[in-house]
Amino acid sequence: MTGMNENPLDLLPEVLLTASAVLGLLLGAWLPRRRQWLIGALAIGACGAGIVAAALAATEPVTTAFGGSFAVDPVTATARVVVLGGTLVVLALSVGPLRADPRETEFYVLLQLASAGALMLAAAQDLLLLAAAYLLASVPAYALAGFRKDGPGTEAALKFYVVGAFLGVVMLTGVTVLLAAGRTTSYPGLRTELAEAPGGLVAVGTLALVAGILFKAGGVPAHFWVPDAVQGSSAPVAAFLTTVPKIGALAAFYRLAAVPLADADLPWADLVAVLSVASMTLGNLAAFFQQDVKRLLAYSTISQVGYLLLPVAVAGRSDLGQEALLYYLAGYALTNLGAFAVVCALPGADAIDDYRGLARTHPALLASLVVCLLGLVGTPPTAVFLGKLEVFSAAIDGGQAWLVVVAAANTVASLFYYLRWIAPAFLVRGPTGASRATAGTAAVVAYGAATASVVLGLLGGTVLDVLGGPLAP
Amino acid sequence: MLTAIVLLPTAMAALLLCVPRSAPRPLFLTVWATTTAAELVLTVIVWAGYRTDGGMQYETRARWIPSAGISYHVGVDGLSLPLLAVTCVLFLACALYAWRQTRRPREFAALFLFLQTTCLGLFVALDLILFFLFFDLSIVAMYFIIAGWGHRDAARSALKFFLYTFIGSLALLLGFIGLYLAADPHTFDIVELTDANPLAGRATYGALVLLAIAVGLAVKTPTVPFHTWLPPAHTDAPAAGSAILAGVLLKMGTYGFLRIAMPVLPAAWRDHAVVFVVVGVVSVLYGALVALAQTDFKRLVAYTSVNHMGYIVLAIGAAGVVGGDHEEARRLAVTGSVFQMVSHGLLTGALFLLSGVLYERGRTYEMSAYSGVAERAPVFAALTGVAAFASLGLPGFSGFIAEFQILTGSLGPQPVATGLAVLGILITAGLFLRALQQIFLGPLRLPATAPGADRPFPDIRLHESLAIVPLLALGVVLGIAPRFVLDVVEPASRTVLELLAR
Repeated sequence: MTGMNENPLDLLPEVLLTASAVLGLLLGAWLPRRRQWLIGALAIGACGAGIVAAALAATEPVTTAFGGSFAVDPVTATARVVVLGGTLVVLALSVGPLRADPRETEFYVLLQLASAGALMLAAAQDLLLLAAAYLLASVPAYALAGFRKDGPGTEAALKFYVVGAFLGVVMLTGVTVLLAAGRTTSYPGLRTELAEAPGGLVAVGTLALVAGILFKAGGVPAHFWVPDAVQGSSAPVAAFLTTVPKIGALAAFYRLAAVPLADADLPWADLVAVLSVASMTLGNLAAFFQQDVKRLLAYSTISQVGYLLLPVAVAGRSDLGQEALLYYLAGYALTNLGAFAVVCALPGADAIDDYRGLARTHPALLASLVVCLLGLVGTPPTAVFLGKLEVFSAAIDGGQAWLVVVAAANTVASLFYYLRWIAPAFLVRGPTGASRATAGTAAVVAYGAATASVVLGLLGGTVLDVLGGPLAP
Repeated sequence: MLTAIVLLPTAMAALLLCVPRSAPRPLFLTVWATTTAAELVLTVIVWAGYRTDGGMQYETRARWIPSAGISYHVGVDGLSLPLLAVTCVLFLACALYAWRQTRRPREFAALFLFLQTTCLGLFVALDLILFFLFFDLSIVAMYFIIAGWGHRDAARSALKFFLYTFIGSLALLLGFIGLYLAADPHTFDIVELTDANPLAGRATYGALVLLAIAVGLAVKTPTVPFHTWLPPAHTDAPAAGSAILAGVLLKMGTYGFLRIAMPVLPAAWRDHAVVFVVVGVVSVLYGALVALAQTDFKRLVAYTSVNHMGYIVLAIGAAGVVGGDHEEARRLAVTGSVFQMVSHGLLTGALFLLSGVLYERGRTYEMSAYSGVAERAPVFAALTGVAAFASLGLPGFSGFIAEFQILTGSLGPQPVATGLAVLGILITAGLFLRALQQIFLGPLRLPATAPGADRPFPDIRLHESLAIVPLLALGVVLGIAPRFVLDVVEPASRTVLELLAR
């Protein structure tokens, strides 16, 4: 490796986002309350500019920044586009409900900081940076979960915080142990060192490290916060919590599997496989009889982590893994946000029964919901189908065929609860009434996300070509 | 050309959904019927331009997702062309039959048009993922048809149908991925896979892939023991939905065997052909016996589908059994199985539409609720009689040609199994005669209330006969002059057997 590369322009999307957050905080202090939407507009502008910058950076050769601690490679590029795009969608969902809220500015700022944390997670190539990114992604999210200051929101934030703080400490312990075992925190260095380090030490350190990553991803066994935080927080925040940090966390997980732990003497693939099976199975089983739609989507997102872990389990053993993971992440983000956008569009409808008769009152919204939910199942031609196809292919190619069979069985099981939600919507007579006020912007977002998830599925070829390519050295 | 045939119904469905709901009802139904008629005309044009010397024709191939080995590849040959034609005929019949549809006609027409796209698309798909795409979307469309327009316990039946067939489709997907990874370079293209024969010499891998694919297709076919979703789905679906489900969707399974399983996995198929023979015979006998025990007319027809599809599985199993000098017999069996798909589509479609007529008049399928209906509705009775006799395989109807070919072809390679299967015909004959006797003969007795009818049990109406009579007429034409279909099918079945012999 050559000398330190400290060109801040390599981090342009991250810098834009953070700068906009800081600027927004300052501006928000003196803008009148009814003008605070300008901060939201600023955030949208920063995300948009960040996507453009990330797309331009993706055409450059792979590089690292700040002494190799920050990777600029296909994984980072995709995570940037998806995270910023996801944040953009969440911003669009929240601008309406937050209009002239006393804490409007604070919401946008927290959202941007949490999103910047997810970006850092995806790009970190050094354990210390990873730990810092974990904190940056978590702390604003705790505040967001409790943003409504009501009973469920407080409980959500508290539970989220306690689990997060505990697993954060565990993760720092893991970093320390791995530093002791490998005498460095940079991934390329660890790769050579861990291969010769004592196996027990590496195993303990890795397990502790993975605990933190799983917390951010919302996977079993660090999933306890997900249902309560998602149900307790407002719908746009719930959409954010189940999508954006997950992208950063899974990218980080993949990077860990592919670089520092690739040569370590660990049953890594089996460990990830077990986590994957646990996530998808427990998430699906718990989702079966949920009545609250946000809680149902919360368990659904736990089960999706299981599928997303398949390519991590075969990282380095199948050429298909990286594309599969990144494509699935993009498709999942779009589809999940679409489902939450429908929830946002019907603010009064919390339970599955509130969706009765939706076919008659809001056919277009229901169509979006059907596309998104069947998309989450993996029905062609939506994006998640192609993602699942790629993920399954990668796992079979990497010698984990049994895992794919489990995943397929789980997919069928998941159908049950998604259909439980869709089916009442077709009942002609439903208790229609007060709960049918719709939020216009959110409905438009829902249509857009549903359409985009089908388009992404159909244009998968072009996208997949971009996602390949080597990781940063 | 094929792309236009596949996409036209969905385009029309999208147009229909743009028309406001308040538009007059006949508008939707006319557009629907016109579209299906245009589809039939297009298919006839394709058939007219088809050279009977075999091989894939009207091929189109376009890049879709090259990095994942997926392409948009369609084409027709002697296996798919007859099914394409049957699909168009049945959808036209359903469009005519549904002329009095009053519940949300716009959505009903749009869903059926979309379903037509998925069915036609599946039969012309030459890429596994394209095949899977249409396979899955047909399940989705049918789910909404059953859940939205069915009667009695429709929501539950629809859910059962969806979950069951979706499990099958996922098994199928696993098998497809297995094929994809086995081929070098990785591809999902059926033609390339057929040429490459990627699993030659890898017995265990081949058996596993065949297992996954066969389970997926067997659920859809359905064969015993994967048939339990079928009776509730059929009984609770609207009549047009049942006709499509039995007439077209069931064929997707058996078509998949002939298009994918046999040519791509010849060695595995030959090794395990006996399994298919056994499953086929069990389906034939079990389907017939359970049908015999039914008191519900529509359920009875549903179970005879298990019986009829069992013959096809028996035939393709017998075709794969090695040993002996049965080249000619095997070809007869394969040809017969394709012919049976066509014949069953027409005749069962007609029977389900007729059971819909019965339900519309009497609000029950229970056969004991009726008696002596022939007196009140002679035309209806005559049509049902014709359909029942055709379905049990009386000479002069298409069903006879199909079953004759299948049984003659399978007798050489598998004498015992075929001997048992012949019993199925006997049972079917018995149960159909019993049903006819119970409903149509004897003193007149009708269910107590028939709400909405101006007089009790009117005879068949014009739109109903327009839908049903052509199906039966085609059954007779194919029974008397089957040559024009056989000319198309025979070269294709020869090709399948050549591929199987590799």
